[in-house]
Amino acid sequence: MTMTAHDETRPGGTGSGARLGTTGGTGTSTTPTDPGRRDLIESMDRPHRGRAIKDHVARIVMWGSFVLAVVPLVWILWTVASNGFHMITTSLWWTGNQRNINTTDAGGGARHAIEGTLIQAGATAAIAVPIAILTAIYLVEYGRGRLARVISFMVDILSGVPSIVAALFIYAVWVTTFGIDRNGFAVSLSLVLLMIPTVTRSTEEMLKLVPNELREASYALGVPKWVTIVRVVLPTAFSGIVTGVLLGLARVMGETAPLLILGPYTKNFQRDLFNGNMPTLPTMINEDRSDFALSTAAERMWGAALTLIILVLLLNLAGRFIARRSAVAK
Amino acid sequence: MSTTSLPTPTGQPTESRAAGRSGRAGDRLFSGATTISGIIVIGIVTLIGVFLIAQAIPALLRNNANFLTSREWSPGGDHPRFGILEFLWTTVTSSLIAMALAVPVGVGVALFITQYAPRWLRRPAANLVDLLAAVPSIVYGLWGLLTFRAVIRPFEQFLQQKFGWFPLFAPTPISGGTIFFIGIVLAIMILPIVTALSREVFDQTPAAHKEGALALGATHWEMIRTSVLPFGKPGVISASMLALGRALGETIAVTFLVSALAGGTPWTWSLFNGGETFASKIANNAAEFSNPNKTGAYIAAGLVLFVLTFVVNSIARVVIERRKAFSE
Amino acid sequence: MAKRIDVSDLNVYYGDFKAVEGVSMTVEPRSVTAFIGPSGCGKSTFLRTLNRMHEVTPGGRVEGKVMLDDQDLYAPSMDPVHVRRTVGMVFQRPNPFPTMSIFDNVAAGLRLNGVKSRSTLEGIVEKSLRGANLWNEVKDRLNKPGAGLSGGQQQRLCIARAIAVQPQVLLMDEPCSALDPISTLAIEELIIRLKSEYTIVIVTHNMQQAARVSDRTAFFNIKATGEPGRLIELDDTAKIFNNPSMKATEDYISGRFG
Repeated sequence: MTMTAHDETRPGGTGSGARLGTTGGTGTSTTPTDPGRRDLIESMDRPHRGRAIKDHVARIVMWGSFVLAVVPLVWILWTVASNGFHMITTSLWWTGNQRNINTTDAGGGARHAIEGTLIQAGATAAIAVPIAILTAIYLVEYGRGRLARVISFMVDILSGVPSIVAALFIYAVWVTTFGIDRNGFAVSLSLVLLMIPTVTRSTEEMLKLVPNELREASYALGVPKWVTIVRVVLPTAFSGIVTGVLLGLARVMGETAPLLILGPYTKNFQRDLFNGNMPTLPTMINEDRSDFALSTAAERMWGAALTLIILVLLLNLAGRFIARRSAVAK
Repeated sequence: MSTTSLPTPTGQPTESRAAGRSGRAGDRLFSGATTISGIIVIGIVTLIGVFLIAQAIPALLRNNANFLTSREWSPGGDHPRFGILEFLWTTVTSSLIAMALAVPVGVGVALFITQYAPRWLRRPAANLVDLLAAVPSIVYGLWGLLTFRAVIRPFEQFLQQKFGWFPLFAPTPISGGTIFFIGIVLAIMILPIVTALSREVFDQTPAAHKEGALALGATHWEMIRTSVLPFGKPGVISASMLALGRALGETIAVTFLVSALAGGTPWTWSLFNGGETFASKIANNAAEFSNPNKTGAYIAAGLVLFVLTFVVNSIARVVIERRKAFSE
Repeated sequence: MAKRIDVSDLNVYYGDFKAVEGVSMTVEPRSVTAFIGPSGCGKSTFLRTLNRMHEVTPGGRVEGKVMLDDQDLYAPSMDPVHVRRTVGMVFQRPNPFPTMSIFDNVAAGLRLNGVKSRSTLEGIVEKSLRGANLWNEVKDRLNKPGAGLSGGQQQRLCIARAIAVQPQVLLMDEPCSALDPISTLAIEELIIRLKSEYTIVIVTHNMQQAARVSDRTAFFNIKATGEPGRLIELDDTAKIFNNPSMKATEDYISGRFG
């Protein structure tokens, strides 16, 4: 629509911009008009060359902005991929850990960190997703009046909480108040705070897209409200909700700030969320960053970064793929 | 056809009464569960506020310096002295630079995607820009530190040489992560936020507005200036605010990039100075948290950051709400 | 077993707004009763009170009495969910469940109410689809999504879905307004056939339709915007269209309205 419209009006001598100018010109020369009107017509006539140039400049600026946005993306992906590619193509990378490997030693594995990242993300999702989805259901299907407004407002506040503040809060509760050691579960708890608002908001959007007619159809069959929500509304919004969860998870997996405060690194395998240090990809990157002048450490660091990007991108792609098969068209 | 038998209405099947009762109990249980989840969210936010305030107050009471106007930071010992002025300056300045760069470019990209790009390119272009948001911030930190820094450095030197007379561009000895450089990296990080939201509002511009402008003989750009931009303005403002909130709180990329200043470094307005942000100061000193008094000082700093982002995000919400009120 | 509906002195409110005022009427079993009247006259609102669907809208409530034979639909002990199972409803726009197949759509009401036996479901689905004159068109693709059918077929699917739970009364809220003339004809034939077993109430904008399908017709009117809608008269369809007792009805029927 807009494309054809703009093609027709693109000025440049022969377009409608030029035609407008001609009409304006004849108008001024043949018919006596009041001065104000003549000014108007002349002003439409005179700068039409300038208008065409402006239009071209705008077009170039918009294309330029886009290129400007894509440059860093390509640059970052290329930097990480070219530096990390060698590392992640070794089979040890996907099976081993960093035990007994010093910074000056090359190679080693990242499986311990991959596992840690996935386990923490899984624990985070297990806690955050039910709360977020139920909250979204409350806001869309049940919530009326004051409580709903307060909850909605709180979700907004939570979505603005910087990750470092979320981590500080968990530290204040977990370590300072209860005196428990820092561990993987504490990290997950702080990530829960970051994941709840994103999943709540995306689920809310999806539930709102489910047409009311479907709810009414179900009620009219004598189906109780909760069965309607569970069996009709949620399945209709399902793919959209899953997409929101995956994108939320991708975001949480790349978070590093809470790890610095709550999740000390270890070079060993550690699959227990509740005891001891737990390695993750971001903390592995951070560990090797301090020695990035050494090619051995730098290579590992880029390898871990590439692995993290791949994990996050896979989740993103999965999310987008599922979104396209949605039952409710956006 | 009329001979086919219809499902005959029956009396109330007994099971349906039972189902009705269990339905009511189920409804109560389910709506109860959703309400409780919502209340949990309220509880979490309240707890965050309460815990942070409760742990910040004792440290603030022991503080011998003015918390808001001091640039000192020695939270340990018997006579702790700490203030947030430096963090406030670095955080706000770098975020504002990020905004100044990201908003025009982001709006340009959004206009490109919604108004200029050929149809086949729109979706891939949008996805590409969204990919920028998917890159973990730690990767931005690495890239900024090891690759991008070297590219921006000569430009900074040029600005310092030619425009050093201007206080914001005054030369400094910092060669690492300057406020200026951090602002540029943050700009790239928040660009997708600005773009995504602006794109959404530009897409909603009523076709009647656009066609109205075109029918008056407006060029494509004039149509955008007179119908798309005014319509999208509140959306762009709130997008910018959300992006600003994100920039203020960004932690790990900034932590990798900042050049901490030694205590007692003289004050300068220069954008080429170093200095920690709230988030990087907290993240860089996680090791000091063993001491509750020190932790309190960091928590107090975190609280200020929380309030800062909260205010910025609230402005964004208010603008969005007001726009909704108009468009309905 | 189709039931008689007795409404006495019913007022309908949405929040503080009184949408319908003082309606009393009797709907005979095994007959088609049509509600006609200008837009906003409260006929659809009133229809929704007959299975308490108005309660789905926040602030919706009634004063007065609706009896289904000897059952008071608004008795405190009465569960609205149960009312809706007894009084089925077909909507203006066909609204099959998009995630479900044709079979699952028809079986939805039973399944969501806990009927699990496959053979029972198969029997009822076939019976209902035959009842809705749709069986021959869809019997080979019962597992295809219901949303893939044409608009008219979708509406018949929704009728099949409504009668599958074996209601006593079937309410239809402008069931043909989103359909083409041929599909409309199919639905009208179906309505005439269904009345041998059901009490049917249909809201329609189309007076010819009311004249074609209904035994009795109720005319609703509204004095002005913001005023509640009222029942003007209810009588045999032939009488309403040929010799109405009220002037307002005659004006509306003859097109001299507004």
